Amino acid sequence: MPTFEYAPAPESRELANLRTSYQMFVDGKFVDGAGKPLKSVNPATEEVLAEVATASSDDVDLAVRAARRAYDRVWGRMPGAERGKYLFRIARLIQERSRELAVLESLDNGKPIKESRDTDVPTAAAHFFHHAGWADKLDYAGYGPEPRPLGVAAQVIPWNFPLLMLAWKIAPALACGNTVVLKPAETTPLTALVFADICRQAELPPGVVNILPGAGDVGAALVSHPDVDKVAFTGSTEVGKEITRTLAGTGRRLTLELGGKAANIVFDDAPLDQAVEGIVNGIFFNQGHVCCAGSRLLVQESVAEELLARLRTRIATLRVGDPLDKNTDVGAINSREQLNKIIELSDAGDAEGAQRWTSPCPLPERGLFFAPTVFSEVQQSMRIAKEEIFGPVLSVLTFRTPDEAITKANNTPYGLSAGVWTEKGSRILWAAQRLRAGVVWANTFNRFDPTAPFGGYRESGFGREGGRAGLEAYLDV
Amino acid sequence: MASTSTTTEASDRTASALPGDLSDAVRDDASLRRFLHGLPGVDQVGVEQRSAGLATRSIKKAAKLWAIDTAISMVDLTTLEGADTPGKVRSLAAKARRPDSDYPDVPQVAALCVYPDLVEVAVDAVRGSGIGVASVATAFPAGRAHRDVKLSDTRFAVAAGATEIDMVIDRGAFLTGRYGQVFEEIQAVKQACGSAHLKVILETGELATYDNVRRASWLALLAGGDFIKTSTGKVSPAATLPVTQVMLQAVRDWHDRTGEYRGVKPAGGIRTTKDAIRHLVAVHEVAGADWLTPDLFRLGASSLLTDLLMQRRAQRNGHYSGPDYVTVD
Repeated sequence: MPTFEYAPAPESRELANLRTSYQMFVDGKFVDGAGKPLKSVNPATEEVLAEVATASSDDVDLAVRAARRAYDRVWGRMPGAERGKYLFRIARLIQERSRELAVLESLDNGKPIKESRDTDVPTAAAHFFHHAGWADKLDYAGYGPEPRPLGVAAQVIPWNFPLLMLAWKIAPALACGNTVVLKPAETTPLTALVFADICRQAELPPGVVNILPGAGDVGAALVSHPDVDKVAFTGSTEVGKEITRTLAGTGRRLTLELGGKAANIVFDDAPLDQAVEGIVNGIFFNQGHVCCAGSRLLVQESVAEELLARLRTRIATLRVGDPLDKNTDVGAINSREQLNKIIELSDAGDAEGAQRWTSPCPLPERGLFFAPTVFSEVQQSMRIAKEEIFGPVLSVLTFRTPDEAITKANNTPYGLSAGVWTEKGSRILWAAQRLRAGVVWANTFNRFDPTAPFGGYRESGFGREGGRAGLEAYLDV
Repeated sequence: MASTSTTTEASDRTASALPGDLSDAVRDDASLRRFLHGLPGVDQVGVEQRSAGLATRSIKKAAKLWAIDTAISMVDLTTLEGADTPGKVRSLAAKARRPDSDYPDVPQVAALCVYPDLVEVAVDAVRGSGIGVASVATAFPAGRAHRDVKLSDTRFAVAAGATEIDMVIDRGAFLTGRYGQVFEEIQAVKQACGSAHLKVILETGELATYDNVRRASWLALLAGGDFIKTSTGKVSPAATLPVTQVMLQAVRDWHDRTGEYRGVKPAGGIRTTKDAIRHLVAVHEVAGADWLTPDLFRLGASSLLTDLLMQRRAQRNGHYSGPDYVTVD
């Protein structure tokens, strides 16, 4: 019997309008930075996409001063309704340029085009629309009459959702009347620079948004700049701790969105086939490069065997490959460094006695790829149960009773998200009350909406982004 | 087995024929209910989301030609109207034998599907071609008749030469929870079928929930149905991708438990090539490649074939020539 071969359906990379070099964006202008330029690489092929200017510490100072001027003279005193107009305009421009942004994001990051096209870009636009609506209604947000903006916000974002994380950071900051200096991740700066162009297209006053590409040193210079009023960081727990130490005692505001090792709990009365979908979505969405990924699967022993069999069958159908192909379910690992980390932690799983199962799917010959992998017979004490792998690797643990499930789920220094799968409504509520996680999804996973606050407990950070609660991080309350 | 009783007697059940632990499931009404209600639930949001994902696979050019030919070979070309005549059946049979007269390489369809009184005409018209003759027996489409009537309807169709029987289940009995009654009726019809294949129509549009679709699927499989079929085509909604998905999960799970292969037939509402191909993608990704054969997957349709042929010509010729180039039977 012939096999059902799907036709390759590559999205045209021409849509990305890729340029050979990109400049940083300061005070409304694209300028060369004094830092050493970096090369942004397509992880699916390891070819260099473009050369990107980076900031020196003098550039950081220039950008912060531009943001301060814009805050003092224009943006901080502008009526909310006026700010809202700019935000609506930005949101619409993101929609207009959505294909360009989606293709560029997939080229630069390695994520499948269907995710950048259907999730990242639309949700980024939705964040601007949502916050545009708040801009003139801050008096009614529950933080007292006339809450004030904080001033200049320094924002540092990660490489897993480059445009979406930018939207999560910039939209609320601008809506509340702050100006921003944002540093995109070293490996994925391109969509942020197209966003800078969108700001220009929207005729946003100069200095309100500044984008400084660069590595960790630029981030460090930015968050420790004395004229910054607020720091927002999404990234690793390790760097988050460093930033906390830097800012301690300065009185400057800080919110952190850090790592996670989320538990996805499947009770024996769960809708198993949909639980399988949710598990797949929880850990293989964006190649597992998701801070709230459901990387620890906790299954009730009575259904563990059946669920795992279904899960393996399902995972074997995932197509790994060219991120620009619309059939691709799992794309490329963002960087060589990250791939090595995934390999290292998976090897630790073998060494500690867990059972590794790897999807038999074919992998492309070049580029950075890692086949979907499931470890069963994982114990709480193993590294793969404790450490964030940030890749398409699932650790499966079992439990006997609901109490044990909650105990195991909470037995982590993290607390960003959790999932509960059961047909019993009362059990969902019971579990949600006990799980120490910022988000608890019931019979679904990895769903995002600008109206729903997102954030963590403990080593997953503090502060919330999105919804009414997310405004607090950018207001003097 | 011509029992007209609607009560359940354990001795009636051919439980021994069921593999493994499944014979326990049908021991009596209570076990049957426990078993069916013990099946994992179906989450509506999740199953519909997955179907939306399945519908986005890209099938073009060579893949599309392959899919079109595969779909044609799975079609149960159907006419189920009060106005059906022998002439109509004969003209449909001619199309079943040679779907596109300009292209002799187009595969034949799987079967011709007619009312019992036209089976003889259909058998005569497809003789020697290898095309099956399916008949909707059992007081199709409502199924609201005495069991004797349903069984005699079935026997009549089989005697006339039907190789496949498409029966409707008693939805009233199912919805009131009289699973034993439904089970027995399917079993009785299966027995009346003799060597003919039995397709059990669940009429999923009337079952209302995906949980019910899953339970009815298992009920039909336990009772010996060779195929589970979504709809009569007389009730809306008929075949939808999420419903087909749930039924594909059922035959896949049945295979995992028993090693046996049973088929699925979505029917009603599948009119376009695009829709048919989405169903094939679901077969491929939900049940598996083993099910991509007319032995295990059928498409019940009356107008689908015409669209498949038009799309096939478009793929072949590089341009779309319109419906007038394909016969309208």
